Amino acid sequence: MNRGDSSRRDFLKKCATGAAVLGAAGKAWPEPVMRAEGMPLLAAAEQTAAPGKSKVVIARDAMLRGTTTTVDSSRVLSLLDRAMQSFFNVDHPAEPWKKLVRPGDTVGLKINTLGGRGLSTNVQLVEAICERLQEIGIKAQDIIIWDRDTDEMDRVGFRTSTADNRVQCFGTDRIGYEDELSTFGKVGSRLSKILTQRTNVMINLPILKDHEGAGVTIAMKNMYGVIHNPNKCHPNGCDPYVADVNMLPAVRSKMRITICDATTACYEGGPGFKPQYSWQENALMVSQDPVALDYTSWQIIEKKRAEKKLKTLEAAGRPPRYIATAADAKHQLGTNDPRRIDLIEVSA
Amino acid sequence: MPREFQSRASVRQKAAGEAEVENSVREQEVGLLSCPLDRRSFLKCAMASGAALNISALAPPLAAFPAVPVPQKQDDAQFTIEAKFYQKLENKKIKCKLCPRECNIGDRETGYCGVRENHGGTYYSLVHSRVCAAHIDPIEKKPLFHYLPGTLAFSIATAGCNVNCKFCQNWDISQARPEQVPAQYSPPKLVADLAKQRGCPTIAYTYSEPVVFSEYLMDVADAGHEAGVRSVVVSNGYMQKEALKTAYGKMDAVKIDLKAFSESYYKDVVTGELKPVLDSLVTLRKMGKWTEMVYLVVPTLNDSDGEFRGLARWVKANLGQDVPLHFTQFHPEYLLKNLPITPVPTLERAKAIADAEGLHYVYIGNVPGHPAENTYCPKCRRIVVERVGLTAKQMLISKGKCPFCGQPIPGIWHA
Repeated sequence: MNRGDSSRRDFLKKCATGAAVLGAAGKAWPEPVMRAEGMPLLAAAEQTAAPGKSKVVIARDAMLRGTTTTVDSSRVLSLLDRAMQSFFNVDHPAEPWKKLVRPGDTVGLKINTLGGRGLSTNVQLVEAICERLQEIGIKAQDIIIWDRDTDEMDRVGFRTSTADNRVQCFGTDRIGYEDELSTFGKVGSRLSKILTQRTNVMINLPILKDHEGAGVTIAMKNMYGVIHNPNKCHPNGCDPYVADVNMLPAVRSKMRITICDATTACYEGGPGFKPQYSWQENALMVSQDPVALDYTSWQIIEKKRAEKKLKTLEAAGRPPRYIATAADAKHQLGTNDPRRIDLIEVSA
Repeated sequence: MPREFQSRASVRQKAAGEAEVENSVREQEVGLLSCPLDRRSFLKCAMASGAALNISALAPPLAAFPAVPVPQKQDDAQFTIEAKFYQKLENKKIKCKLCPRECNIGDRETGYCGVRENHGGTYYSLVHSRVCAAHIDPIEKKPLFHYLPGTLAFSIATAGCNVNCKFCQNWDISQARPEQVPAQYSPPKLVADLAKQRGCPTIAYTYSEPVVFSEYLMDVADAGHEAGVRSVVVSNGYMQKEALKTAYGKMDAVKIDLKAFSESYYKDVVTGELKPVLDSLVTLRKMGKWTEMVYLVVPTLNDSDGEFRGLARWVKANLGQDVPLHFTQFHPEYLLKNLPITPVPTLERAKAIADAEGLHYVYIGNVPGHPAENTYCPKCRRIVVERVGLTAKQMLISKGKCPFCGQPIPGIWHA
């Protein structure tokens, strides 16, 4: 998708066309795509962060929405570029993406739409990512925007698309889960076939929000959307389930980067959207260390809770313990030690 | 849930030369669980399973199924009703009061069971009339040995379970969310009519975990009773007292899977708790519900003498000597494939301990042809119900008594 000739409206229109094709003709799904794994997890992070540290970039734009309530597409693209260029220490907007994927990859964009309109991954952000991916040679049909449920995606503006030569956009409900269980620790789950069969790279696009049970739900917990039984993974504040899900081989090996959509965030009452507990952070957060990103994001939520005179999550009886678990010796998914997090903040 | 598999295993092992039966059963099960069901295939499978199990001698001749209008639309709305057994909290949260887990559920989230969802502060069951498995089974398959022996049970399930047993044989439906398994819209009256028309005096709620579809179970039971069809439930008993009294109060008999007699096993293997299950058994006893118990013996995990003895003593002290207790054989499945099939001597040891503690009706299950499948009079020790596998070969009890010595044999023996 080229920004010069494709607006957001065009993007949605193309997706809508795909929906019509699916509905009218019952299009057969393409053959599963499986390729050799690309670069190993955190390989790029080692190049971008200070030695021994994990890098987290927070890019903010106070004017992201201009004078309206919705985010501006061009400013989102600009914000994305700043965040990604800062993360990878490069000057050109295309360069970060070349470090993540290569032509021939099939790239899954795992969004989060559970919160409904108001607290889901923004269409404008996903559109911007699709644009950059295509600029470096990823074919439109090799990009799959996905979450667990097509209807949920549709409700927040992601129109179903399965047409040839279009960015694909549909939920796991359309193709189902693997029959065989994938297991680690306390987790035994069937994985989305979008993850296992249709993509060889995953880019994680979560939301920054509070969670009634887990404390917070950001990067790692967004992976609950790839398993068939997230309901079985909520006891004990989701600990160690979140960490265990992120250890499942298909999840860990395909994850390239997390770009957290913190344009609108939630400090209480999550995961559903409650306007009274939401605020406009107007930020994107980028990291290849999901633990560092979750830890950093958690602190942002705590800061907002303090501003609002709310108890800390610890005092509220729901600290996100799973973040520390993800960093422990058994999991080693990243670091939750602030001394080992290289936090970079950039503004418009 | 192990129970259905136990019976499958029994069928498989029943006798040499019955491979065709086995294959037939398997095909129908696979067909029901993995393929979208239309009404015709639903009925066909339900009818055929009885024949496949070679129980036609017990069943009335199969008649053509009458035309019953079934809505064609299969959207979620038709399966969704407001749940019972919950409490509204602030910020559109709810607390589920169905099982002891008491899930606190935020807006747009489901409970642990995966089939009950909070929408805007109102709690909904997503599985009312959403049947994902239906078979006609011998009542012995549940197993219920002291309840109408030799009769058939029209057996149904929806997706979902409120625990997560590592040995579950039906995990593909019990651990799935409703939208992940094909289902047939089956309103209560349709189920009751089907059961009656197929010659089943009983509807059984089984395979997955009926606790989680309590609203549907209650409605089907009411429809069944209006049609003269009874109801039994096969359950883990992990349920709050009020919910149990309300829902299972409509049952004519209950079978409870007591998974073990230790809290640690319940925590590590079942993801539940023992005490609420024991409380449920006591409550059922006080309610006067005919109750039988199954204890799946898993090698190395719940097969110690001390556990068997503790269990038997607790049963005798709290439920009485006459509660049937079935020790059944484990088969490796789901997340517990690393353990062997339970050796028969282990099951016999369990039975010997329970017998020695004074329980009157201790059975061994999943071992077709074992003499401990029979019911013996506790006084004269003669066989009063003879069984082979899932088949009741002889039922000698008359008017609830041993025909040889007149000893009362507790149970529901006649329709």
